[in-house]
Amino acid sequence: MTAAPPRTRRDVLSLATTATVACGAACACVPFALSLSPRGDAPDSAPVDVDLSKIAPGAQITASWRSLPITIIHRTAQTISALKTPDQPLRDPDSHVHQQPDYARNWHRSLRPEFGVYVAVCTHLGCIPALDDDGYTCPCHGSGFDLAGRVLVNQPAPYNLPVPPHDFASATTLRLGINPDGHTFDLSGIVQL
Amino acid sequence: MTRGLLHWIDTRLPVVSAARREFRDYPMPVNLNGFWNFGAILTLSLLLMLATGLTLALTYVPNAGLAFASIQTIERGVPAGWLIRLAHQTGATLFMGALYLHIFRGLYYGSYKAPRELVWLTGMALLACAMVTAFAGYVLPWGQMSHWGADVITGAMAGLPVVGPTLSHLVLGDTHLGDVFLHRLFVVHFATAFAIVGIVVVHVACVHVAAPNDPDGRDPRSPRETVPFHPYFTAKDLFGLALAGGVFTALAAFAPGIVREAANLAPANPLRTPNDIVPAWYFLPFYGLLQIVPSKTLGLFASLAAIVLPGLMPWLDRSPIRSARHRPGFRIGMILMAAGFVTLGLAGAHHLQGLWGIAGRIAALAYFGVFVAVPFARRHPS
Ligand code: FES
Repeated sequence: MTAAPPRTRRDVLSLATTATVACGAACACVPFALSLSPRGDAPDSAPVDVDLSKIAPGAQITASWRSLPITIIHRTAQTISALKTPDQPLRDPDSHVHQQPDYARNWHRSLRPEFGVYVAVCTHLGCIPALDDDGYTCPCHGSGFDLAGRVLVNQPAPYNLPVPPHDFASATTLRLGINPDGHTFDLSGIVQL
Repeated sequence: MTRGLLHWIDTRLPVVSAARREFRDYPMPVNLNGFWNFGAILTLSLLLMLATGLTLALTYVPNAGLAFASIQTIERGVPAGWLIRLAHQTGATLFMGALYLHIFRGLYYGSYKAPRELVWLTGMALLACAMVTAFAGYVLPWGQMSHWGADVITGAMAGLPVVGPTLSHLVLGDTHLGDVFLHRLFVVHFATAFAIVGIVVVHVACVHVAAPNDPDGRDPRSPRETVPFHPYFTAKDLFGLALAGGVFTALAAFAPGIVREAANLAPANPLRTPNDIVPAWYFLPFYGLLQIVPSKTLGLFASLAAIVLPGLMPWLDRSPIRSARHRPGFRIGMILMAAGFVTLGLAGAHHLQGLWGIAGRIAALAYFGVFVAVPFARRHPS
């Protein structure tokens, strides 16, 4: 190795040229990256009404709101009492993690004990948990939830199922997408959808 | 006449002499066994995938509303379309199967050791690209399995720490799985497929510079221990290809259930997950890991580690001896690892029911245990 020759005018010029080209190349990447970002048409978040009189006790229906599957379950007296004293260990029985509005932060995780309203998107990797006798089981990797969408311990899924904003428009009509008076809540603030 | 033409080309671009040097006169170790057939099998399956894939793309429509119908058009409307699609699907199974065996060969006979680290790394990059291509291809028909497989994978991406949300945004390009996503995966399927072709070229170049390993793991000591590639290995490769062709035909004709999934014959429905959801067979071991680990982040890391760890073998394994033939302990380790990998997949396919839960956990321990133990393996005097 010979000693580095002194900086010449030519070195400075080639350095400046390289730097300019590098900056230009970096700038040229911007439109490509931008074009990949989401298109930003917000999902249709208009409220959706669900007729509760059509759901027999013990049955559930799935509605679609904001392109999300929303499960509305009509619980029987028996399953309601089971929610109060869960017989399986739950990861977050008292809903400490922010996965629901304040008005659903109770033992039945809903406004009325008879009706549970949950976003049926498994908090593991997003499949739709299927209803079985005493809760939900996710078909993808087997995570178990109880009928209030609370995840059991030692499951791949880390959190309880989210509760969407909802209110009763009348005695038998559930309205998805709005909160009861005096509450503000929307899904963007929750820990995991 | 041909000779003159070849000479004319060769004096301008020496491809003819290079081909003669690398694929006719190239000295090969005399003792290569059947495990050395998978390179040729992989090359031919890749060509088959390109030919059938380009043909399918002529009819396929990458649009969430039209994709499923366009697949039906290929199956019923396009003359011989069903055959080309079946060949593409069977080709994927053949390619992934041969790739796993090829990788096992490399591990077992120490083909990753110096001076072949680049052969190994390009091979692992190829595996990664093949997995992305296979996943994207699985999504394109936009059936139920496509949709829910994509749902799980994008969910997994979003769950990665730090980069997760940005990455899943880039892939989804929307708030939900739909048109934008499907079109992006269509492009990814092409881009990674051609990337594989490029990587194969570099991979083969690396092998030819470093010279192939052999089952004894010691380089040929004299020209008497080598034979020219042609006719010896061209003949042997053709024999292997004929056998692989038999497997291919048998799969396509008698076991199409292995290469395609019945549940994917229903169009994607974002409001219902199919009851029995399992990925394609070549992803089952990773699927098993996701089920076994009772934590989302750790489960994802375990699946990633299961791919990355073999890639680190040149640096994990410091023994100067290459082949497991001459390393009894290592041989047991490699067999354990392979058995663990297969068992994990079976446990995953059985949703860890009953004894599969225990078997899967033991298999996971065995698989990872081998990579933990390898750096501590005793250094034999060479
Ligand atoms: S997506 Fe529900 S358990 Fe994995």
